[in-house]
Amino acid sequence: MEHNQKIKEILIEKFKEKVLSVKTDLGDAVVQVEKDAVEEVLEFLKKKPQDYSMLLDLTCVDYTGKKPRFEIVYHVFSLSKNHRLRIKCGVSEKDPEIDSVSGLWRNANWLEREVYDMFGIRFKGHPDLRRLFMYDGFEGYPLRKDYPLRKRQPKIKLRK
Amino acid sequence: MGKIRPIKKYSYYQKTSHGGFIATKPNYAIGWGRKYSIFHYPFITACCGMEYMSAACAHWDFDRFGVGMTTFSPRQSDLLFVVGTITHKEAPVLKTVYEQMVEPKWVIACGACAVSGGIYDNYAVVQGIDKIIPVDVYIPGCPPRPETILNALLKLQDKIQHQKQDLRWNIIKK
Amino acid sequence: MSTRIQKEARKESLLINMGPSHPAMHGTIRIMLELDGEKVRNAELEVGYLHRGFEKTCENKTYFNLLPYTDRLNYVSPLINNVGYVMTLEKLIDIKVPERAQYIRVIMSELSRISDHLTALAAMTMECGAFTVFLYYIKAREEIWNVIEKTTGARMTTSYIRIGGVRTDLHPDFKKDVEKAMKVTKDVLKDVRGLLDKNKIWIDRTRDVAVVSPDMAVNYGFTGPCSRASGVNYDVRKAHPYLVYEKLDFIVPLGEKGDNFDRYMVRMNEMEQSLKIVEQCVEKIPEGVPEVKGEMEPTEAIKASRTRKPDTKIKLSPNLKGSEKEKYPSILTDSKGVKVPPKEDTYTNMEGLINHFKFFMRGHGIRPPKGEVYFSVEGGSGELGYYIVSDGTDQPYRLHLRGPCFHIVSALEEMIKGHYIADVIPTFGSTNMIGGELDR
Repeated sequence: MEHNQKIKEILIEKFKEKVLSVKTDLGDAVVQVEKDAVEEVLEFLKKKPQDYSMLLDLTCVDYTGKKPRFEIVYHVFSLSKNHRLRIKCGVSEKDPEIDSVSGLWRNANWLEREVYDMFGIRFKGHPDLRRLFMYDGFEGYPLRKDYPLRKRQPKIKLRK
Repeated sequence: MGKIRPIKKYSYYQKTSHGGFIATKPNYAIGWGRKYSIFHYPFITACCGMEYMSAACAHWDFDRFGVGMTTFSPRQSDLLFVVGTITHKEAPVLKTVYEQMVEPKWVIACGACAVSGGIYDNYAVVQGIDKIIPVDVYIPGCPPRPETILNALLKLQDKIQHQKQDLRWNIIKK
Repeated sequence: MSTRIQKEARKESLLINMGPSHPAMHGTIRIMLELDGEKVRNAELEVGYLHRGFEKTCENKTYFNLLPYTDRLNYVSPLINNVGYVMTLEKLIDIKVPERAQYIRVIMSELSRISDHLTALAAMTMECGAFTVFLYYIKAREEIWNVIEKTTGARMTTSYIRIGGVRTDLHPDFKKDVEKAMKVTKDVLKDVRGLLDKNKIWIDRTRDVAVVSPDMAVNYGFTGPCSRASGVNYDVRKAHPYLVYEKLDFIVPLGEKGDNFDRYMVRMNEMEQSLKIVEQCVEKIPEGVPEVKGEMEPTEAIKASRTRKPDTKIKLSPNLKGSEKEKYPSILTDSKGVKVPPKEDTYTNMEGLINHFKFFMRGHGIRPPKGEVYFSVEGGSGELGYYIVSDGTDQPYRLHLRGPCFHIVSALEEMIKGHYIADVIPTFGSTNMIGGELDR
């Protein structure tokens, strides 16, 4: 619990206006930041003495009807302090781009490719942004809320 | 003394419509040979593969039915054992493997996902492999018990015995 | 299809495709290798051949309806996925689970973990040529699945762990069956240790191949046996204890170098620790209600309930054995609205029928409060996490799975660089890739 309080104070002190809100939700600390400051905040958290050295998860949620439409969620974990932290930032529909963190953690490479494949959000600075799960020639982004569950795709020719 | 049973006349050779021959006794013999020496190609994708492994190992051995030889070369196999879910990304691979197999060939669809898409009815799953390739035996279950897989192999063996055997060896597929 | 490796490859090297359907019985993944003689210069993986749309399907089902979908994620240890999902929901709704149900969940998780490691090592050793080990391990796995089947009703995909507890109580001969299964497993482990631990061929094949340093493991997000083989001491059962793991006594085995041999040894040692945990649980588990024998047939009871309240016990069908009304307090929680009401009530009185109807009808059922939650358990390959966003209705708004295999396989491209093509197979086997968890 005291880790939650400490990390909130450190973040608010260092990045004053860019941290939008900080709260504790069912025992986990949740931090909301602005889109432009995400890479700075995560780099600061990765270095010692904060030492959040493991990126557990990178995912996206589609809130249709709200502004901003997409929200990217990062879960980071510190082995030495045994503490988990959740960082969220909003991405709008008109400009679906955000900085990539694949330079900091190497598993972000595939995680960001998955988010691009499922939601259509581009990551600036990613070395190789391609579809991961769906095949080449697939049209659309499946996990968006306006993509129907049973949509049939146009047929593509069998490669010889 | 009972009734005198009439002696049936067997005609060993009959002419068929396309000009070849069908023989009943050799037909039976070739079927017997084919059904007890099946080389199968397990095309395993998902959870049903675990029950396939159980059916192949010591507890519910299917080697005693003649299906023991596992080949991973489509050219040398008779039976394509499709085990698990087939997605739209995997479907061209399955079709290529099926086309590479040489006649005579049979297909078994094992598991609910291969038979009809299973519990997945969405954008990514093929709703049954009979939309792509012809299937001989369907095995329901999610996953099917190993005894069900053995039952299906016995049914396939019955089918191989009683079908009209294809004796051509100069098949050139275009 | 334009792939990265085709662009980066030199003209004189050979491009080989280990295609989506290959003999290493792990499912479907495509490995493209650029070879220089026999050495791998560059590698690229293509995944997604088993993407079944789990996350999108879950947004269209109710919370109770999507339990069978979670079974089929990591299909070699199916009960652990169930436990993870159910505990995430219990954290969101704040439900207390009775103690006997917690012990049953721990026993089932550890049996699933043993069967996961057995399958992974069986496949890995078979591909290297040790066919005997495969047969021995599958024999042990059959005994464990026999025990699970007698209690839950199914060998593999069980949907046994429910919100608030478990589905049925343990069957009456459980202690005897589990002891027999553990004895068979111990004998098999001892035999295989004698076969492989000091075997020169095995050591030559797996020592110093695909070494993963602790920094690389943490940077890539490794968790579970693959990271513990590199020396990173992180186990969710010890770091964030859940269920009754705090009361149990077990150690977490660690490796030194992080090569294939260490991953094999860590899994062997973890199986022994899991056997120890199951023994302790079977002794410490609190007493449940003894076997309930009914007297009235259901048809008579339904007729009798129309005129007066039935006072004798109802005999339920053999499919529902173990989930009688008297057993409910020890295996399911007291909170309302999250559990299926007992069948005796559903058949005989009006309130039971309405509760049953309201639980299963769309729009009613389980409706957690608005919010989001993340919870993780120790799966067979690492930290299995669920992230659920709920908007107050009976269907989840977003459900995301943190699959441990995903992060480990994303490091495979770097792990096999510089080694021979024959080293690809044991390396790939030691990562224990499960298609259902990797591609969802």
